[in-house]
Amino acid sequence: MIITKQKKFEDLVRSVGGEPVFLVGCSECATLCHTGGEEEVLAMKDALEKRRIPVSGWVVLDPACHLNNNKRLLKSYKEKLGKSKSILVLACGNGVQTIKEIFDNKDVISGTDTLFLGEITRVNLFDKRCNLCGECLVNLFGGFCPVSRCPKSMLNGPCGGAKGGKCEINQDLDCVWDQIYNYLKQRGKLHLLEEIQKPKDWSKSLEVRRKL
Amino acid sequence: MKSKSNLEKVLLNGNFAVTAEIGPPKGSDPNSIMKKAKMLNGYADAFNITDNQTAVVRMSSFAGCSILLKMNMEPIMQMTCRDRNRIALQSDILGASALGIKNILFLTGDHQSFGNHPSAKGVFDIDSLQLIQIAKNMRDNGMFQNGEEITSGRPDVLIGAAANPFANPFEVRIDRLSKKITAGADFIQTQSVYNLEIFTKWIDDVRANGFDKKVHILAGVTPLKSVNMTNRMKFHVPGVDIPDTIYKRIKNARDPKKEGYSIALETLLELKNINGIHGVHITALFWEDIIPSLVKEASIHTTP
Repeated sequence: MIITKQKKFEDLVRSVGGEPVFLVGCSECATLCHTGGEEEVLAMKDALEKRRIPVSGWVVLDPACHLNNNKRLLKSYKEKLGKSKSILVLACGNGVQTIKEIFDNKDVISGTDTLFLGEITRVNLFDKRCNLCGECLVNLFGGFCPVSRCPKSMLNGPCGGAKGGKCEINQDLDCVWDQIYNYLKQRGKLHLLEEIQKPKDWSKSLEVRRKL
Repeated sequence: MKSKSNLEKVLLNGNFAVTAEIGPPKGSDPNSIMKKAKMLNGYADAFNITDNQTAVVRMSSFAGCSILLKMNMEPIMQMTCRDRNRIALQSDILGASALGIKNILFLTGDHQSFGNHPSAKGVFDIDSLQLIQIAKNMRDNGMFQNGEEITSGRPDVLIGAAANPFANPFEVRIDRLSKKITAGADFIQTQSVYNLEIFTKWIDDVRANGFDKKVHILAGVTPLKSVNMTNRMKFHVPGVDIPDTIYKRIKNARDPKKEGYSIALETLLELKNINGIHGVHITALFWEDIIPSLVKEASIHTTP
């Protein structure tokens, strides 16, 4: 899932200005991480209106990253959209740009910062699990990804800086190499770590389009 | 003077400056650079040593510059943002200055996918404009990028930048040059000039904006050595503009090498008389031995 967090409300007020705004949320990731579901979109509407910023309408797209679906869903909001000067999107960086593609005469404003691709670990807790590097290596490491979960992306870790299983740069981060080692040891597969992993092919992360 | 650079002295005296490029070897043998340097000594005011150009691994620019210094020649170190982050770049600016390097050309760098290690991870922590700004701030205000003070010795280097008069779209070229001047560029080395018509339009715009008074502009000249090289430059190297007239001249020539030399000489003679140009930068990749006769025939190197 794409994990986002809302930008500071005061920054959004500044970006929107005093003119009418239309709000867009997303039914998928932004709903699940409570940045752009119906609840958050309505809360944003209230907060903006309290600041006397007119909200001309709102919608939660299903999902915001689907270009043609968006065009279809937004048809019934034509009038409300027409009254707005800008569109505030509470979805990931992809959602914002898909909306932008539809409107070239309105300011499309991102209401969130996109943080990472991660899991819902438990309620209100999200952890990074993937860097979208284009060539998945988790099979080499017992199902763990050191590319995204080790700050140095070490393929031949650990670096030696972890203490008590916690990363040297962030006490909230479990050392993924500690996890890999313990897991493989328990499974009797430590021999998998004997091989020196070759430098990664980062060119795989340069893909920008996939066509079926 | 901002630096103790000989190049800066030449430029400030209003003399027509000549810089020449020396490509370092794909190996550790210093003789290859020394040989080229000896041949070119006296034919240019300063010598660029490239930084893993086109993302192909070669001896570092830093080491090449250090070899030139030992030969009492003035190097222009090249520095790209592809392989180093802001920590390494700032550290190398300090180190270069400590060793006596007085000119640095700052570039973003060719993408690694063009080179011989396409699977490498590109760093691109910062871009050339940011790096120019950082270098200027280090030199003039004694400050690192993070705002911390430089405690023992500011790097007094002359700051170089690149400009491409042929990039698309046209409007962007002048805006970007303007930004590089604002960021702190002292001299500009341009992309190789083959299309004099477009280049003249660009330099007209440069003059109209008064930029030729704010920065020293050295026009790039790269002699075409063969039909193969011309093909590659025309169709595969991004940002190069070889007009059809030049292309045909090389293609139809009985001796393409000789024709390439003539074109380069004609270009140098034209550039010499363009108002707003303060010098030329000659890049003769793996053909450095023609530079002395080009410089002599064009009689462009006036400063001893």
